[in-house]
Amino acid sequence: MLSNLPFLSCAVLTLLAAIAAMTLRNLVHCALCAAASFAGLAAIYLQLNAEFVGFAQILVYVGAVAILIVFTILLTHGSDVKAGEPVRSSSLWTGLGVAAVVLSALVAPITRSASLWLLPSANPQAPVAAIGRVLMTQYVLPLETIGLLLTAALLGGVVIAMREKPARKTPTKPSRAPSRELSHAA
Amino acid sequence: MNIPLAHYLILSALLFSVGFAGAILRRNAVVVLIGMELMLNAANLNFIAFWRFGPHPEALTGVMFVIFSIAIAAAEAAVGLALVIAIYRHRHTVQVEQIDALRG
Repeated sequence: MLSNLPFLSCAVLTLLAAIAAMTLRNLVHCALCAAASFAGLAAIYLQLNAEFVGFAQILVYVGAVAILIVFTILLTHGSDVKAGEPVRSSSLWTGLGVAAVVLSALVAPITRSASLWLLPSANPQAPVAAIGRVLMTQYVLPLETIGLLLTAALLGGVVIAMREKPARKTPTKPSRAPSRELSHAA
Repeated sequence: MNIPLAHYLILSALLFSVGFAGAILRRNAVVVLIGMELMLNAANLNFIAFWRFGPHPEALTGVMFVIFSIAIAAAEAAVGLALVIAIYRHRHTVQVEQIDALRG
């Protein structure tokens, strides 16, 4: 039982942080709890001997995605929640029922199949050198495609979120503004 | 380390359900996106667990799939949050129940 303690503590941290991220009212607290949940998952990856994936999870999720979410909350004024405003959908019990059905449909086959309860025999390693070797040989085409996709996503994100230029229908506006300032000063 | 594979799968199922419930129940679009990220992470945990317990871990298939999945999730998060910002600029709200222009 004591040897299961690292896994159990990480699992409880991940689940509690995920539940808190989905239930808290303040959106900044939601984002911080989501980052804690991602960090707990990274710890579980490290326990599963997948070091590179664990550190990539910390870099991408705990670092980049959490910061992106916090900035979006800042830009959409999501942190100032009014006191009486509901944060959940009106059909709470329907949604919870659908989620419970999904959970039971996922868990029931796991508990029933005996082959999933075997203990690990091998102790596999995923050294960074081996990952780099297969990335440069076997998976080189997906790697290049991912590079293209990330570039497209970067450009797309900037273009979508960019402030649109105001339509130039009133060319007299810039010339009028300084004169008003002058009259104020006078 | 004598934890059976099923424990990881059950943890992943619980995480997926929590993310799913949040994605369909919350009103704020940012929290809906956080729920989707939680669901993606649950799927990644399944890949890593099956790689660790699988018969051919030296092939690194599960690890490679998760690395690509993390990259795609990062792109999805960037574009999704940019869309949220664009919607907020047009409609001055990010509550998904008020963004109903396509409602029949």
